[in-house]
Amino acid sequence: MLDLTYETPKPKVIAGAKHDWELVIGMEVHAQVSSQAKLFSGASTKFGAEPNANVAFVDAAMPGMLPVVNEYCIEQAVRTGLGLKAEINLKSAFDRKNYFYPDLPQGYQISQLYEPLVGEGEVLVEMGDGTARNVRIERIHVEQDAGKSIHDMDPNMSFVDLNRTGVALMEIVSRPDIRGPEEAAAYVVKLRQILQYLGTCDGNMQNGNLRADVNVSVCRPGAYEKYQETQDFSHLGTRCEIKNMNSMRFIQQAIDYEARRQIAILENGGSVDQETRLYDPDKGETRSMRSKEEAHDYRYFPDPDLLPLEIEQAWVDDIAANLPELPDQKKARFIKDFGLSDYDASVLTAETVSADYFEKVAEGRDGKMAANWVINELFGRLKKDDRDLRDCPVSPEQLGGVITLIQKGDISGKIAKDLFEIVYTEGGDPAEIVEARGMKQVTDTGAIEAAVDQVIADNPAQVEKAKANPKLAGWFVGQVMKATGGKANPKAVNEIVSAKLGL
Amino acid sequence: MSDLNKLKIAEARDALRKGDVTSVELTEACLSAIEGAGALNAVVHKTPEIALEQAKAADARIKSGDAPAMCGIPLGIKDLFCTKGVASQAASRILQGFKPEYESTVTTQLFDAGAVMLGKLNMDEFAMGSSNETSVYGNAVNPWRRGNDEAALTPGGSSGGSASAVAADLCLAATGTDTGGSIRQPAAFTGITGIKPTYGRCSRWGIVAFASSLDQAGPMTKDVRDAAIMLQAMCGHDPKDSTSADLAVPDFEAMLTGDIKGKTIGIPREYHMDGMPEEIEALWAEGRKMLQDAGAKIVDISLPHTKYALPAYYVIAPAEASSNLARYDGVRYGHRATLAQGDGITEMYEKTRAEGFGAEVQRRVMVGTYVLSAGFYDAYYNRARKVRTLIKKDFEDVFAQGVDAILTPATPSAAFGLGEMKDADPVQMYLNDVFTVTVNLAGLPGISVPAGLDRQGLPLGLQLIGRPWEEGDLLNTAYALEQAAGFVAKPAKWW
Repeated sequence: MLDLTYETPKPKVIAGAKHDWELVIGMEVHAQVSSQAKLFSGASTKFGAEPNANVAFVDAAMPGMLPVVNEYCIEQAVRTGLGLKAEINLKSAFDRKNYFYPDLPQGYQISQLYEPLVGEGEVLVEMGDGTARNVRIERIHVEQDAGKSIHDMDPNMSFVDLNRTGVALMEIVSRPDIRGPEEAAAYVVKLRQILQYLGTCDGNMQNGNLRADVNVSVCRPGAYEKYQETQDFSHLGTRCEIKNMNSMRFIQQAIDYEARRQIAILENGGSVDQETRLYDPDKGETRSMRSKEEAHDYRYFPDPDLLPLEIEQAWVDDIAANLPELPDQKKARFIKDFGLSDYDASVLTAETVSADYFEKVAEGRDGKMAANWVINELFGRLKKDDRDLRDCPVSPEQLGGVITLIQKGDISGKIAKDLFEIVYTEGGDPAEIVEARGMKQVTDTGAIEAAVDQVIADNPAQVEKAKANPKLAGWFVGQVMKATGGKANPKAVNEIVSAKLGL
Repeated sequence: MSDLNKLKIAEARDALRKGDVTSVELTEACLSAIEGAGALNAVVHKTPEIALEQAKAADARIKSGDAPAMCGIPLGIKDLFCTKGVASQAASRILQGFKPEYESTVTTQLFDAGAVMLGKLNMDEFAMGSSNETSVYGNAVNPWRRGNDEAALTPGGSSGGSASAVAADLCLAATGTDTGGSIRQPAAFTGITGIKPTYGRCSRWGIVAFASSLDQAGPMTKDVRDAAIMLQAMCGHDPKDSTSADLAVPDFEAMLTGDIKGKTIGIPREYHMDGMPEEIEALWAEGRKMLQDAGAKIVDISLPHTKYALPAYYVIAPAEASSNLARYDGVRYGHRATLAQGDGITEMYEKTRAEGFGAEVQRRVMVGTYVLSAGFYDAYYNRARKVRTLIKKDFEDVFAQGVDAILTPATPSAAFGLGEMKDADPVQMYLNDVFTVTVNLAGLPGISVPAGLDRQGLPLGLQLIGRPWEEGDLLNTAYALEQAAGFVAKPAKWW
């Protein structure tokens, strides 16, 4: 594997009224585990079902019901841990986090506070300018999702939908290694990319199956380095947690707003209160949800309904042996094997579906040309139609066919674009289309010479002008191309025109 | 045959198999006994239609030659067990009107074996209590009285309805549950046998949870043989309960030989409590002698952390309960308070839970919430867990020294009068559990066997504590003790 080395990016600096400030950000990403059944009940996890259709007795917390852990959810979390190069704890345990809310039927969430399944790992977050931040993962624990409370359907009543209750979540907790709003968004993008590669989370933020709590604090330049040396948090500022962010754009906006809010407080001689805040995208501001004093006392304790979770190293090894190629590896391979630029490799490996598509197109063909066609022509065309690669009308084999025709010299780049449009709109085998519609490039110099002779013979005045001003040779080339329906090899036409005009 | 309701399980089983009696006859006898026993307030939901239907099915099954031991046996079921379509409300107002759509694993196993459900039995609310006085149905009454004194006595708790019903022959046997002594103490107070098996022997699925790490179901029967037969049908691995043990269940009844020669019985010195009635001490000494006479070797042992058991129990059990009972919030089922204009979700929780839970349950929820709260967790809950580990180790140590079973009194007194403890410090009530909670904390099997009467004519029980998963051995030792004690007294019928 090619080793990609990056510079560490500079932290974002915000100039306050009095001096400069830096941001320190840590994130807790809640990723819904891709699984058929919930974490502790056999109920389905299918999104979009009728309200309260996917609810087992356990999920509704009926008296005497007991949780039984879904092994597949644990496997998915282990796979995620391995994908983030994290330690897997062979012994972990479930704890109860107690609080009252109508969409939490048990009155507690089963989570893992004291002994999480996954320990320390890392995520390399590339910033696109040759820099990348290595964000350390503190832990990943497995827990139950809550249901949904719906307050806007009736003026006097609230409704509860328990379909999501008990769906498995992975809470991926980072260290405070993120240094700016863009890095924060890039971190979530990268994390989502890895999860999607692993198949452990769909990462659909609109459906809420990837959500982030963002911890933001500000400090003076130099303070963070002291924290890094000592791991002593007292060097950092007081943090506020912005809850439940489900869009990359809002994450950036919220962090930026929150940092400036904290800076204004500090520069005015105040102090930041540790609290939980919510971001209001309409107003573009964060507001207090609850203060530290109002913070819940969750009364965590080991869940007595569940035995400690013990897994075998051999099982973990087996999952590790079957991990798919991950984004960093794939990108490095694309750069090395196909000679792609860092940028092109990043674009193509953003999702497995695009990477797979590209690899099929590039197989046995020129990698760079394949990348150009996939990124510029195909993605461009899809974007124009607001379509996704998942419902692309052109198969990799078809696009590959177009490129093969170019590489063989059968068609010019210009004709290829026309051909691509035909394949895109009408379908069909590119080689057959070229044959049937006479789109093949003319490389027969005799035929080209004849066409050139004809144009020269028909335009004596132009010939005289061209002899005086060689730049006008281009006009003859254009006429020849026109006469041959664009199928003449442009290079050959150029040469022959120059020779015949004696330039 | 007359007085069919007075039969024991083994007797009824044999009579059913011989065709001397039908399950319908047995069931009718019990239903009629229940009808005449309103004063005991032991049966709180009667299910005669279900009972007769099950009895008919059992008779057909017996006729066809397919008759497990429990087939056709009429039972009472503690209200803590969820029984499908039948009120199951843990003797609490908060579960008023609750009829589950599912059947607990233990009752499913019993009914699959052909047992008959006569009705649901009284208990302390959410199994929290030692006198049955915390029940929303009002207390059950002990069929035993102090001589001619008409004062009503407690049947004990929390399985007080089960104890009262079995002792008064309203059923052949009953299910109970035991979190800190809730099978063994009422069994002792009513002169019957009750066994709490090893934690994990019986599935907890479908039993309303009190303290999940301590709760175990068990049978309450008229003698040790019946306990063996019924336990056999109740226990076994259940994949729906993660704490249920995947172990084979031996034939407990076949292990009742009465031969305990060469067994070592430990007598723990720490169970001699200050102020314990002389009669209890005397009974304990008698028990020691009986087992010795039966050929067992008696050794004095020490369980040094015993005195910390009760405080540890009264931290751990309420802690788990405070969390287990959070689901009773008025949102999905059971009682919901009527709300005033402007009341929100917090008021709904507060009013619902204030109305739905009785005083003792509220006390334990508050204690449990307190011991788990930030700043107190280590001082209370975590320390209690450490104590629990030490208590468990006490037992492991004596078992490692070759002790097969431990003999103790079951309770520090005979049944006390209803209302007698009304104004007492709640801790006085908790002292009832002093001999029994250690067994729950250590997850061990324990059995209470009636061994004599006190001067006032009230039954007293002895407790035997066994090695984990060795209920068969424990039952056999209990059987030997039962044979030697020859307890046959029955309460004089006054109800």
